Amino acid sequence: MRTDSKRLETWLTLAGGFLLIVLLPALNVLPLPEFLKVSDFTINLYGKYLCYAILAISVDVLWGYTGLLSLGQALFFTLGGYMMGMYLMRMIGTLGQYHQPIPDFLVFLGWSKLPPFWQPFDSFAFAMLMALVLPGALATLFGFLAFRSRIRGVYFSILTQALTYGACLLFFRNSLLMGGNNGFTDFKFILGHDLRSAGTQRGLYIATAITLMLVLVGCRWLSRTKFGLVQQAIRDSENRVLFSGYAAAHYKLFVFVLCALVASIGGVLYVPQVGIINPSEMGTEKSLEAVVWVAVGGRGTLVGPILGAFGVNALKSWATRAYPDLWLIFLGVMFVLVTVFMPRGLVGIPDQLRELAARFQKRKTDAEPPVTGIEPDKSLP
Amino acid sequence: MKFSPCNLLGAAAAAMLTFATATAESVKVGILHSLSGTMAISETSLRDTLLFAFDEINAAGGIKAGGKTYTIEPVIVDGASNWPLFAEKAKQLLEQDKVAVTFGCWTSVSRKSVLPVFEKNNGLLFYPVQYEGEELSKNIFYTAEAVNQQATPAVDYLLKMGKKKFYLIGTDYVYPQTTNLILYKYLLLHGIPAENIGGGFRKDADGKVISAGKYTPFSHTDYQQIVAEIKQFAASGDACVLNTVNGDSNVPLFKEIAAAGLSAADCPVVSFSLAEDELRALPTKDLVGELGCWTYFMSINTPENKAYLGRWDAWLKTQSYPGVVKEKRAMDSPMVLSYNGVYLWKAAVEKAGTFDVDSVRTALESGTITFKGPGGKTTMQKNHHTIKNVYIGETKANGQFKILKEFKDVAGEPFILKSLDEKLAAKK
Repeated sequence: MRTDSKRLETWLTLAGGFLLIVLLPALNVLPLPEFLKVSDFTINLYGKYLCYAILAISVDVLWGYTGLLSLGQALFFTLGGYMMGMYLMRMIGTLGQYHQPIPDFLVFLGWSKLPPFWQPFDSFAFAMLMALVLPGALATLFGFLAFRSRIRGVYFSILTQALTYGACLLFFRNSLLMGGNNGFTDFKFILGHDLRSAGTQRGLYIATAITLMLVLVGCRWLSRTKFGLVQQAIRDSENRVLFSGYAAAHYKLFVFVLCALVASIGGVLYVPQVGIINPSEMGTEKSLEAVVWVAVGGRGTLVGPILGAFGVNALKSWATRAYPDLWLIFLGVMFVLVTVFMPRGLVGIPDQLRELAARFQKRKTDAEPPVTGIEPDKSLP
Repeated sequence: MKFSPCNLLGAAAAAMLTFATATAESVKVGILHSLSGTMAISETSLRDTLLFAFDEINAAGGIKAGGKTYTIEPVIVDGASNWPLFAEKAKQLLEQDKVAVTFGCWTSVSRKSVLPVFEKNNGLLFYPVQYEGEELSKNIFYTAEAVNQQATPAVDYLLKMGKKKFYLIGTDYVYPQTTNLILYKYLLLHGIPAENIGGGFRKDADGKVISAGKYTPFSHTDYQQIVAEIKQFAASGDACVLNTVNGDSNVPLFKEIAAAGLSAADCPVVSFSLAEDELRALPTKDLVGELGCWTYFMSINTPENKAYLGRWDAWLKTQSYPGVVKEKRAMDSPMVLSYNGVYLWKAAVEKAGTFDVDSVRTALESGTITFKGPGGKTTMQKNHHTIKNVYIGETKANGQFKILKEFKDVAGEPFILKSLDEKLAAKK
């Protein structure tokens, strides 16, 4: 039974991966009749959803698997995005509004030379390295302090939210020289490829899909190792884990840093596909949104966050066009219904249906008269 | 007549057919504003004005192009005050809906977010809100006030009033930063020494001023210290404040100014981000006598404006679009500039005889596309900015402006910093 479900899971993962990585881009690029074709617009949109899915997985590994509700994942996502953004800004070259060799917003602010900390971002490798080092270092520092002081539960959530908000205010400041409120936009090239061409966008989409599958498989593997078991034990009862002689803080710190890196990679892939990064992306509501995706999809599973991120954002994209005035009410009602009637999210629906069917069956058997097999004695009065 | 499903179907088909023939020639036009989120309070008013303009054009027979008549079919999307979503919605409008033109955006960042999308797809965007300039995309037409159609005329007025000291204060984002830098240079050029420009400076390593004025973050509430500084600065009696603070921060700012006893007579405050629509939500008693500068005021006393406001009120009463507030509405400059944009585009399409973006752009750039709107005549120039009248007004307790001064036919100019630098260098 257990091996059966495992095999099914492997097959489903492979099928999902094939659909995302091979089939969709093929439908986009092959000369097909109109009704089969996936448009460039759709590919680009799905690329964005997949980045959100990576972010959602990072939230779920913390929340659903370790019991840490972090409201700061959007911060790491955005930091990764900013590092990518800095590289992309340098790749604009002199094609900006002012035709200067430095980014437009620096000209705006009266700079004539590139500030020193911007200079190494001409290199793609350096930017990618920073996209791992910066969120990693921040997560290590914050996690070390928080977990050493045994900050848990809602206090941990509040602290992560405060950290995100603080960073958001910092990035809004023009004097940080990171573009202020406008952030970075109007990108032109990535690694010599024109970002506006459909081919580049398709490439980015495929890179995102592959990354998502790797993250999914990696996180699933981790959850099944001994490490993963301790991780889930921390979620269920941290004190017991401590009394069993495990240093829970070390486990939590590792997961926290890992999830920061996963979120950051999501952000790196996100920026060239949406074409803008700015501080409102690390607003507190963004982190909350990611939590909602996980809740809708199914917490404590790895496919759930992907379904949730994809589903909620697809619904948002559709509703902001079809019902521009009512879509928020739409979404709100859906969230309420999901939390009340589907506590295990979209992923939990089959189980819920099965339970419902079982209960129905039970009631039916209860209602039928018991068969005793003994004929009543008609001779008695 | 027997009532059967067949009959009903037939009637429905007939009705649809007449409907279809009536709207056979329609052109899709995008509306890209935030209808939810922090910007919704400002941007929904622009959506309403655009729908009003479309209804007006459709009722008057639509747009005539290439021997055919087209009615406008609005495609409304919600950018939700979310800048990446703005880019996605712009892509959707251009690639999926294939709109002929889009009217939209309020914040600079939303415009910056959609700019690459419009350039890539060769779309057409009309942008209606006062902004910092320093941008010129071949795919965007700016019916908005450029800095020289709002901030510098206000300074001219104050100089004429005999003001000698200027305090610059704003919210920390691109529009105030750029405007204040322009104002700093403009004031220097007009003989105001740097020590009479308040708010502080930031200099680069070479000692060149790269930022002028005092800045607070969005939604800042504590203005006590800043107002104390302004009071000291204004002690000589010949000072004024140039205010580019945005949004709800203006409430604590003006409360503090009133509490400090700084009257509009001694030290007037000119606000560049407060129009009639914003004043609806502000305690106007704290603002009486303070100044505003726009290219339209609701109180303009011309027959065109009166007729326009009458039509607007009538439209508000009759239409049933969900989400349009009908009571206590105001009209202001961004709304009128949205409205003007629609008519400028219509005139350009009719001149070009087609909706093709390149032809419409050529028509708009020809300098002959003019519209006589509620704020006076407006003409599109080759530099994608308009020539229009600029008005200085004084805030009244009812949230309206009393017009003090009119500058006729000011030509919008997006790149001012560079020309100011050149003039300053020449002066030295």
